[in-house]
Amino acid sequence: MITKLNHVSIFVLDQTSAYDFYVNKLGFKVHTDAEMGPGKRWLTLTPPEQPGLEISLMSISAGMMFNEESAAAMRDLVTKGTFGFGVFECNDLRATYEELKGKGVEFTKPPTEEFYGFEALFKDDSGNWFSLGQKKT
Amino acid sequence: MTQEYPKQYLYRQVVRAKLYIDEHFAETVHLDNAAKAAGFSKFHFVRLFRDIYGKTPHQYLTSVRIGRAIQLLQTDLTVKQVCFAVGFDSITSFTALFKRRIGLTPAAYQQISLERRNEIKTVPLRHIPNCFAEKKGWTKNSNSR
Repeated sequence: MITKLNHVSIFVLDQTSAYDFYVNKLGFKVHTDAEMGPGKRWLTLTPPEQPGLEISLMSISAGMMFNEESAAAMRDLVTKGTFGFGVFECNDLRATYEELKGKGVEFTKPPTEEFYGFEALFKDDSGNWFSLGQKKT
Repeated sequence: MTQEYPKQYLYRQVVRAKLYIDEHFAETVHLDNAAKAAGFSKFHFVRLFRDIYGKTPHQYLTSVRIGRAIQLLQTDLTVKQVCFAVGFDSITSFTALFKRRIGLTPAAYQQISLERRNEIKTVPLRHIPNCFAEKKGWTKNSNSR
């Protein structure tokens, strides 16, 4: 029986820049930051109130995982905003929207009311998009 | 949401107060002043803040200080230095509060963090799921050589 999800990957163009975005703008916590050799880094973060879910910021570079052609194609797709990796949740969307917008986070959709609550869409510094939601109480 | 525009002003003021705490947590933060700056009575301010963030401003300030202490305890600073760096003025109250929130004293937390940090440096593969490590060709603890 599967009980929970504990790791998920987000492909990013630059791990250092992504670290700044997720930690300093979104407020995520660093879980593991390990140098695995020159230019190789295992970097996982957790959402502020979900310490059991490690989000791995995976660099898109040619190597074991991607060949040169696949890495270039993947970088292109990420840059174009092809991938939506998930839905984040917050207590109060209006306040979180105001704060993140003030920190320079790019929203592609401002908060709107949906049948399940409120939702906005934002992009990370690579181009990956996320939904940010607030459940109706 | 957009129809409720007048409320947006209130939100901005409360967000501003929250960001003020984020920036000035290491100093003596006068929440009365934060309420005044936001243009509310203290009662109204505390209620709005709690509605939005699920904590009173004081509880939020404490959580920011403890969160920052957790980060600093993973550096080479002493517990005493961390205590004062995050805005507490008594090691006794810092230690008691930290233990109540985290379940360990700051010193014990620092010791465990140090051991984990050293292990990540020397045997990082203990901290990476094997499927990812293999995909990336990380079959040896390559940063320890």
